[in-house]
Amino acid sequence: MGIQKWTAAQVASRIIQKNKLFILDVRNEDAFQDWKIEGATIQHLNIPYFELLDGVDEILEQLPKDTEILVVCAKEGSSVMVAEMLSEDGLDVSYLEGGMKSWSEYLRPVKIGNLNNGGAIYQFVRIGKGCLSYLIESDGEAMIVDPARMIEPYESFVLEKGLVIKYAVDTHLHADHISGGRLLAEKTGSTYFLPPKDADDVAFSYTPLEEGKTITVGSTSVSVKPIHSPGHTSGSTTLLIDNTYLLTGDILFVKSIGRPDLAGKAEDWVGDLRNTLYHNYRELPDNLIVLPAHYSNVSELGDRGEVKAVLGDLFEKNDGFHLNELEFRKAVTENLPPQPNAYQEIRKTNMGKLSPDQEAQQEMEIGPNRCAIQD
Amino acid sequence: MIKSNAMLDAKGLACPMPIVKTKKAIKELGAGEVIEVQATDKGSKADMKAWATGSGHHYLGTIEENGVLKHYIRKATAEEEKAEKQHPHVVSNEELVNVMEHEKDAVILDVRESAEYAFGHIPGAVSLPLGELNGRLNELKQDSSVYVVCRTGTRSDLAAQKLTEEGFKNVINVLPGMSEWQGPITKLEG
Repeated sequence: MGIQKWTAAQVASRIIQKNKLFILDVRNEDAFQDWKIEGATIQHLNIPYFELLDGVDEILEQLPKDTEILVVCAKEGSSVMVAEMLSEDGLDVSYLEGGMKSWSEYLRPVKIGNLNNGGAIYQFVRIGKGCLSYLIESDGEAMIVDPARMIEPYESFVLEKGLVIKYAVDTHLHADHISGGRLLAEKTGSTYFLPPKDADDVAFSYTPLEEGKTITVGSTSVSVKPIHSPGHTSGSTTLLIDNTYLLTGDILFVKSIGRPDLAGKAEDWVGDLRNTLYHNYRELPDNLIVLPAHYSNVSELGDRGEVKAVLGDLFEKNDGFHLNELEFRKAVTENLPPQPNAYQEIRKTNMGKLSPDQEAQQEMEIGPNRCAIQD
Repeated sequence: MIKSNAMLDAKGLACPMPIVKTKKAIKELGAGEVIEVQATDKGSKADMKAWATGSGHHYLGTIEENGVLKHYIRKATAEEEKAEKQHPHVVSNEELVNVMEHEKDAVILDVRESAEYAFGHIPGAVSLPLGELNGRLNELKQDSSVYVVCRTGTRSDLAAQKLTEEGFKNVINVLPGMSEWQGPITKLEG
């Protein structure tokens, strides 16, 4: 029996199409508990590879006969070893190419919709980390919002569509992932926007992203209106695209709201966060489509693997909108999930104060985003 | 510089090789001996610890020097855990903390391997591994109280018997020892 190699893209398709899959995760228990491939139709078994060095006989009974088996490890090596051992015992198994590292780095583009004067908006879903970035295109020009560290997926996307990247925008200084904004700007000659209130300390030049200064993508004017919406960070800025799509960054998610503690003390920004959600957002039209920078759970993915919601529906259904001041304060300052892995170093990297090498950057980004107030 | 009985070079090797090679190398080691494994795979730290603990070996710690991770593991000894303690004079860990506060001239003698000592020991404890005890007895004063400590109380029991045979007057074994030590500790910064 041979073993098959699966790419992260193939695994993602399985999850979105809700196909059954059995994952034998051979990383150590702590790594597995911290973060794994999740999906409604995924079953897991975690047995560290170093417990299988003498053979896999003992786990054969725990493996299903009727479901495809994918062996997963951190980088690939151990999953190949275990897959080969299982294969020698007559099982048909696959392994994940590049392991959890490639899972963390995989970006999946999904079209969200067309824009009024031509052009379209796409969501790039980083399914392994729950990060969402956006590409807005019109008239051959493109803007990337909250780009991931890996810029190759955007580059090949624009190449295929014949677009030129004119703008890279970060809605705030990220604490969970390393921004690809600066790198994109350097490589493509595009303008890099960052909210000035998050950029006090940055060691590079940027263009301020400010309320009242509309950015236009393409000559037929797809308008991008920045709305200052502090709370996750003091500079956090929401983007209203084409008067239809509301890119809420890390302020409002589909099932939760942003946490105010990653750039300082939670207490400092509770009031700002509440004001943004309960006043500024309330004044916006109910029919806007909310497109956040993160999601926490695969259940938030739609049928095509996209994450979006109607603002009016979130006013009704998102618990973050139904708290009195005291409850709100408690919810956003107490019992918060652990902070994202290496979040202080990630912030410093995004400020240009640290320049870790590629491998160190990958290590820093391991694990889920954890930018919401609940997992 | 931490002493070890063997060194394994697993630099440049990707997972699972550092553990595969360590497992093999540790078979060649005598019980209670320490191996130093050098690796560059960052993931090897968590895996080495989990593997060693799961297979009964004793993970001492890891230090990083110039991008190289040096893992220290002590091979498990089957007899050690079960052996009956012979030396009659014993104190508990808690009692030793009390002694440290009141008996300033008492000697705390740590008879574990020097690598174990390096990764965490009682402040002021003297390091003298059990295997080197015979040759270095003259470093100790016969008339001071000697509190002997190891990881679980077995090696210190043997050391306490030896010291008593050699004429030491007041030798006390500390039970259970460093495996459950809650008192002050001097640790190597990894």
